[in-house]
Amino acid sequence: MALKVLVTAKRVEDPESKIKVRPDGGGIVTDGVNYKMNPFDEIAVEEALRLKEKHGGEVVVASIGGDRSVTEIRAALAMGADRGVLVKHDGPLDPVVVSALLAKVCEAEKPDLVILGKQSIDDDQNQAGQYLAARLGRPQATFASKKESLESEAEAKKEPGLRLGADGKTIQVVREIDGGIETLELRLPAVVTTDLRLNKPRFASLPGIMKAKKKPVQEIAATSLGVDLTPKVVLKKLAEPPARKGGVRVADVEELWKKLHDEAKAL
Amino acid sequence: MSNVLIVAEQHQGALRKATLHAVAAGRELAQRTGGKLHVALLGAGVKGLAAGLTRHGAEVHVADAAVLEKPVAEAHAPVVVAIAKATRATFVGAAATAYGKDLLPRAAALLDAGMATEVLSFGGDGAQVTFRRPMWAGNVLAEVEIASAVKVFTVRPTEFAASAPDAAGSVVDEPVSVDAGGLQTRHVSFEEVKSARPELTEARVIVSGGRGTKGDFKPIEALADLLGAAVGATRAAVDAGWVPNDMQVGQTGKVVAPELYIAAGISGAIQHLAGMKGSKIIVAVNKDEEAPVFQIADYGLVGDLFKVLPELGQKLAPK
Repeated sequence: MALKVLVTAKRVEDPESKIKVRPDGGGIVTDGVNYKMNPFDEIAVEEALRLKEKHGGEVVVASIGGDRSVTEIRAALAMGADRGVLVKHDGPLDPVVVSALLAKVCEAEKPDLVILGKQSIDDDQNQAGQYLAARLGRPQATFASKKESLESEAEAKKEPGLRLGADGKTIQVVREIDGGIETLELRLPAVVTTDLRLNKPRFASLPGIMKAKKKPVQEIAATSLGVDLTPKVVLKKLAEPPARKGGVRVADVEELWKKLHDEAKAL
Repeated sequence: MSNVLIVAEQHQGALRKATLHAVAAGRELAQRTGGKLHVALLGAGVKGLAAGLTRHGAEVHVADAAVLEKPVAEAHAPVVVAIAKATRATFVGAAATAYGKDLLPRAAALLDAGMATEVLSFGGDGAQVTFRRPMWAGNVLAEVEIASAVKVFTVRPTEFAASAPDAAGSVVDEPVSVDAGGLQTRHVSFEEVKSARPELTEARVIVSGGRGTKGDFKPIEALADLLGAAVGATRAAVDAGWVPNDMQVGQTGKVVAPELYIAAGISGAIQHLAGMKGSKIIVAVNKDEEAPVFQIADYGLVGDLFKVLPELGQKLAPK
C-alpha cells in the first residue's frame, strides 16, 4: 500500500523577522531578513514522512521560486524526503499561478496524495491547496489536524494524523473547523492542507543533511510548462498598520479596576 | 454593472452570525459598483432562512438538497459557481470562516478567478475596486487588485458591522445538480464543542488564557462568566490540549476585535498579537514584567493571574 506523496516547501521570511514596509510602499525591506521553509509546509513534509514510514512509498517535495528556493527543498530532503522538484520562476506569484504550476507537476508525478501547508505566512492567502484540488478535479480536506494533542504518546511515536483506509484507496482527515472537529474521508488521489496541530515537524539530523546533498533535485523552468504566469492578484501598495500606542502599568487590581471602570468605562 | 454574490453560511439550520457581516460587505460593494446584491444559501431544509436574508436587500438564491446538508467543499463549490454564473456576479464573497476559507478558493478556481482572502476594507469603485488585506501576520496591510473578470474574496467579519434588515429582496429556488454518488468526499463526523458563552468573533469582552494558566482555565472562565465574556486561548494552550482548538486567538486561529481583551498568563507571541491587536482595550496580566504583551497592552499588571482575576471578579460582583 505504498503511497506517493507530493509536498510543497515554500521559501518565506522567517516569522521571527521584523517585517518592515519599504518607504515607497512597493514591497517589504529584505535587507537583514532571514528565510526558511513555510512552517505549515514543514508540517506537510513531516506528515508525508510519517505516512511513508508507516505505509512505504515516496515523498517528493516541490518548491516554486528563484534559485534560492532549492535551500528549502534540501531542508525537506534532509528531513527525509526522497526527491525534489524546483519550478524556477523569479517573477511574482499568486495562488492562481502556483496552483497551475503544481497541477503540471502533478500531471507528471501522479501522486496519490498532495499535502500543502494551509497558508504561507507571507501572503496568508490560504488558497493554493483548494485551487489545486479544483484544477485536478479531486477532493480536498483543508486545515488537517488530529484529535490527539501534540503532547500525546501518539505524537511522540510519530504516528500520522492522516489515516489511510485499509484498502489504500481512501484517507481520513480530521479538520479543525468552527465549533469543533470534523472528520472527512477522501478518495485518493486527494489534496490535504495542514494546520498547526497535525504534527510537530522533526529536526533534520546530521546524517540526514549529508544524505540530502546527494538526493536528486529536478529543475524545471516555469516558462516551459505551458502555464499563464501572469498573477491575477496584484499588489498595488503596502502599508504598515497604525501602531498601538503604549499603555500604562497599574500597581494592583484596585488601580486596574479604577482605570477600566472610571477612565475607559469598559467595565 | 457589477453584481455581487455573497455566499451565506448556515449551521444545522441556523444562519451563522458571520454571514450578516459578509452581507454588509456585499451591500457596500454593490453600492461601490452599482451592481445588484445576490446571496446564495446552500444546505438541506434551509428554505426557512431565506426570508430573513431578503430583508438585507438581496435576491436570495436557495440551493436546498440533501447532498448539500454537510459543508463539503467538493459538493458546494459547483453550486456556488452555477449561481455566480446565473447571476452574472463579478464579485463573489463570503465571511472568512472555516467554511468560507475552505469553499471560496475552490469556487474561485472553477471560475478562473483570482481571490483576496480576509479582506478588511474595499477601495475605489466601479471596475477599479481594490481590496485591503493583511499579510505577514498582519504586520503589513496590502492593497490588491484582482485582474480576472470574476473577483472572489472573503472578509474578516469583525471589520464590517453586521447588516441590518432594513430593505426588501426576493427568493429564487435554484436547482441542484450535484450527483451525490459521484462525490469523492464523505462526511464522516462532526464533534461539536458547544458553549453557552458568546462567540469569540462576536463578543464585546474576551478573557483569554495562555501558558501561565498551566492548564487551569477556571479563573479565566469564572471572570468571563461574570463579564458575560467569551473565553479565548493561545496556541500553546490549545496545543497542550487544555482547551479546544476553537478557542485559539491568533494569526491562524481567530482574529478578534472586542471592546476589551484581558490577556492572562499570555506572553504575547507575534502570532497571538496578530489575532487580538485590533481590540479596543487590552489588559495584560502576567508574572513576567518583560513579557512582550505589555508592549501593546493599554493597562498592564505584573502579577499572578490566580490572584488578580478573582480579585477583579470581586470588584465586579462583591460578595
